[in-house]
Order: sequence, then structure tokens, then C-alpha cells
Amino acid sequence: MKKPSPWSLLVGSIPFIGTCFTVPLWDRVEPMVLGMPFNLFWLTSWVLLTPLCMWVAYYIEVPGNPESSASRQGDGT
Amino acid sequence: MSPSMIALSVIFGIVMVGSIIGFYAGSRYKMDLEQWTVGGRGFGLMLVWLLMAGEVYTTFAFLGASGWAYSRGGPTLYIIAYLTLAYVVSFYILPNIWEVGQKYGMQTQSDFFFKRYGSLFLSSFVALVGVIFIIPYLQLQITGLGIIVNVASFEGISRNMAMIVGVAFVAGFVFVSGIRAVAWVSVLKDFLMLFAAVFLGISVPYIYFGGIGPMFSALAQINPGHLVMPGGTTNMGHTWYVTTVLMTSLGFYMWPHLFGATFTAKSSNTLRRNAVIMPLYTISIPLIFIIGYSSILVVPGLENGDMSLLTVVRKTFSSWFLGVVGGAGAITAMVPAAMLTLTTATLFAKNFYRPVFSPGMSDNQVASMAKGLVLLISAITLYFAIFSSSTLVSLLLLGYSGITQFFPGIVLGLYWRRVTLAGVFTGMIVGVAAVAFLMLNKMDPFMGINAGFFALCLNLAITVLVSLAVPAHSNPFEEDAAV
Repeated sequence: MKKPSPWSLLVGSIPFIGTCFTVPLWDRVEPMVLGMPFNLFWLTSWVLLTPLCMWVAYYIEVPGNPESSASRQGDGT
Repeated sequence: MSPSMIALSVIFGIVMVGSIIGFYAGSRYKMDLEQWTVGGRGFGLMLVWLLMAGEVYTTFAFLGASGWAYSRGGPTLYIIAYLTLAYVVSFYILPNIWEVGQKYGMQTQSDFFFKRYGSLFLSSFVALVGVIFIIPYLQLQITGLGIIVNVASFEGISRNMAMIVGVAFVAGFVFVSGIRAVAWVSVLKDFLMLFAAVFLGISVPYIYFGGIGPMFSALAQINPGHLVMPGGTTNMGHTWYVTTVLMTSLGFYMWPHLFGATFTAKSSNTLRRNAVIMPLYTISIPLIFIIGYSSILVVPGLENGDMSLLTVVRKTFSSWFLGVVGGAGAITAMVPAAMLTLTTATLFAKNFYRPVFSPGMSDNQVASMAKGLVLLISAITLYFAIFSSSTLVSLLLLGYSGITQFFPGIVLGLYWRRVTLAGVFTGMIVGVAAVAFLMLNKMDPFMGINAGFFALCLNLAITVLVSLAVPAHSNPFEEDAAV
């Protein structure tokens, strides 16, 4: 079993900062963006940004092409 | 035909199509315990994604989220955050849970606790707590089914009658098919739900206000406080938001059924890739909020916010379309309910009844006992659904507060060599007791903090302190890996 690397954990903490800990900064109605109150717009953007962060984390955890990662799994933990 | 007959016929048709897909998907495989509960461990990215989306996007997301947006406003935003962050958490824990699961042939969450800490008392306790706190979640689905049929029949069929019919369908569905059926019916369910969310989220504000922007402007003029925290509540401010998001996103994969779904994956990388794409599914939630927010202006004064989505559909569209939305909602409740019932039954039979009362049972006997338990669990849930009147979101949060107490035992079990049985057991007992005390005395939120989060912190602190105070014991996961 392999522990997650610190770098991928760092990337994974970005969505937590964006959507959770910073709530007093963006929990506002104005300015409305795309017709939505600012807080709803902000969180909706993070729904799209989070997969990007996790995609980066994926390539930190599983470098190289899918074949090599598959064979690495075959070795067991 | 009367409007209610049309709506109900469409709902019934959709439910029938779902059931036929389910029966067909299940009937091609020989059903032993392994196949019935973890689908033979052969699911690729597509099926795991469908299964997990199928279990996660329940009638809670559909009716509960719009209901809270209607009645409470701002605090409801926590749902978007936690349904995004939960997958981030899963990226770091599920692959390793899968690895040990594969190695030791685990089928349930209790199996994990047994293999890691070597105590049947602990693993039976985990099974029992899991079963107890899954009941409110199951109750949520059945209550949702009741609301759907009740509104679609123009109040012609009582909610209790509707719930009885719904429960019978769910039980029949699980009985014949097992987990593979759940994954395939999810295809139909996800398609219908996404369609309903996108269509309604755009068309309802357009029909009444000329667009989403004008709708929010109108709402912001009448009641700007509703759109931010604490919205329609007095005690759900920013502290509540942060603690609730943390509690629910950490607790998300502690649900016995979601934890169990991990074992259906073909490889640990399937789970990593799944974690990358799952947040995209959450994009339907803001649309569902928009439906709830629009309903405040279109159908004001509803006593039960959970009925707002369907009431606005009934007021706006013709009855066959109410049937389509109701059918989507009904399947959205049935698929997860089937999964939950299946998990609960297996957990109880395999990890509580067998070790405690009848160690000699064979796997086949466990499987047939689990099938019998499906009926019992359905009956218990129906009883609670008929005799209690919580909102859908409150039921969800109650369940979360309980199952999140597994988090320290699982995550420390994976990553901290020094954690001990005594630490995990005392921490979990204190955590569950704190949840029960705070919830029964209606002290949630507790000093502005989510009660489940407060209990989780207590649990974690005690787990660590007691672990350090008692002598270390061996970690089977690490020792075997070294050999």
C-alpha cells in the first residue's frame, strides 16, 4: 500500500480552500454573474475546476501511460 | 383520462421499464454471495461510475435540495461543496481500501475493521451502527417516493399508501437482482434525472420571469437574505457551513453502501479515475437549486419545502410531463433504496448475526438470510417513514453524523501504524454517543458547529490519545505487504 504523495495532497487541498474555508469571502449576492448570485456562481465554477485539480493529482499519483500503471498494480502492494 | 391517471400511468411505465432492466441485468449471472454483493469484482470505470452516481444522486438531491433551497436558501449551498469535495477525499482513500479489500476478500466495511483490528466485537459494532444510521437514509428515499406519488395523483393517493407501494417495488427489485441490476438501472435514472434538472432549471425561470437572471433579481429584491447564509434559518451561518461541509465530505464514503461499492471496481486506478470525473455530475445540483428558488416566487407558502419541485411542475406543465418528472424521481428513490437495503441486509447477516449468534453459518445461508432481511428492513423503514415527519435534508444529516464516526478508524487504520483497537473502539463509542445525545436533545447545530462534526473531533482526539496510551499492536496490512 502506497501513501498519497504530499504534492498530490497539496493539489487536492485547493478545492477545499476554494469551496469550504473561504466561505466568508464569497457568500454574497452581488455581483451577480451569469444571472446567478455570486455564491452560487462561485461554487458552480468549482464543480468544473475540481476535476482539473484532481486530473493533475492523478498524474502525480500515476505517472506514465495506463499500461505501465496497470502492470505496476499487478506487482501487488 | 383524468390528469392524475395520466401522470400516474407515466410514472408506473417508467418504474416498470426500470424494473425490467434490473431483472434482466441480474438474471444472467449466477447469484452467490460474492456476485450478489460485489458483482464479482469486475466493474470497469463505466459501471463503477454508474453504480456510484446511481447511489449518490438520490431523491435527496432531487427533492431535498430543491426543498431546502425553497425553505432555507443560502445554507443549502453546502450540498454543492460537499458533493464536490467528497470525491477529492475519495481519491486519497478508496484506492488503498480497494487494495486491502482485494487482498483479504472483503465484501463489507465491517470486514475491513475485522481484518485491520482483529476484533469481532469491533466489527459487529460497526455493522450494527452502520445498519442503524442507514435507516434514516433509506427512510429519506421512501418518504421521497411517497411525496412523488402523492403530488402526481393530485393528492388522490395518500402518502402512506404511496410509500407502501414504493417499498414493495424496492424489495422485489432487490430480491431478484442484486448489485449488477442497480448499476444498469442507474443508466435510465441518471439520464432522466439530468434531463429533468436541465430542462426544469432553465424552463421554469424562463416561463415565469424570462430567464434565470431576472428570477434571481426578483428574489433578491423581495428577500436578499434568503440567498446567503444563514438564509431562512437563524443558526446555519458560516461556521455551520464549514463544519457541515467537512463532516459530510469526510463521511461520504463511510456510508456502508458506498464503501462496499469500492470493492466492485476492477482496479485501484479505476477508482482514481472515477474520483476525477465524479464531481462533474454535481453540475445538476445548481440547476435543482434554481428550481427551488423559482418555486419561492411561483408557489409561495408551501408547508413542506420538499414538495416545491413537483408542485411547480404540476402548476406549469401538462400532466404527462408531471408523470415523466415523477417517474424520474421515483426511480431516483428506488435505485438507491434497493442498494441501501441490499447493503444493510448483507451487513447485518454477515457481520452482526453470523459472528455474534451463529458462527457456523455457511456463505449460502448468509445470502439467504440477507434476502429474508430485505423484507424486514423494508418494513422497519416503512414504519419510520409513516410515523415521523423530518425534512429530507435533516434525515440525511442525521445519517451522516452517525456514519462519519467510522472515519478515524478507517483512515488511521490505513495510514497510521500506531493506531490501536482500544483507541478506535473508545473513540467510536464516544463519537456515536455524542451524536445520539446531541441529536436526541435537538442540539444540532451545537454552538454554531455541526453536531456530527463536533462528535467527529471528539472521536478523533480520543482515538489518537488512547492509541498512544496503550501498547502498540501489529498492523496486519503492513506486515503482509513486507513478506
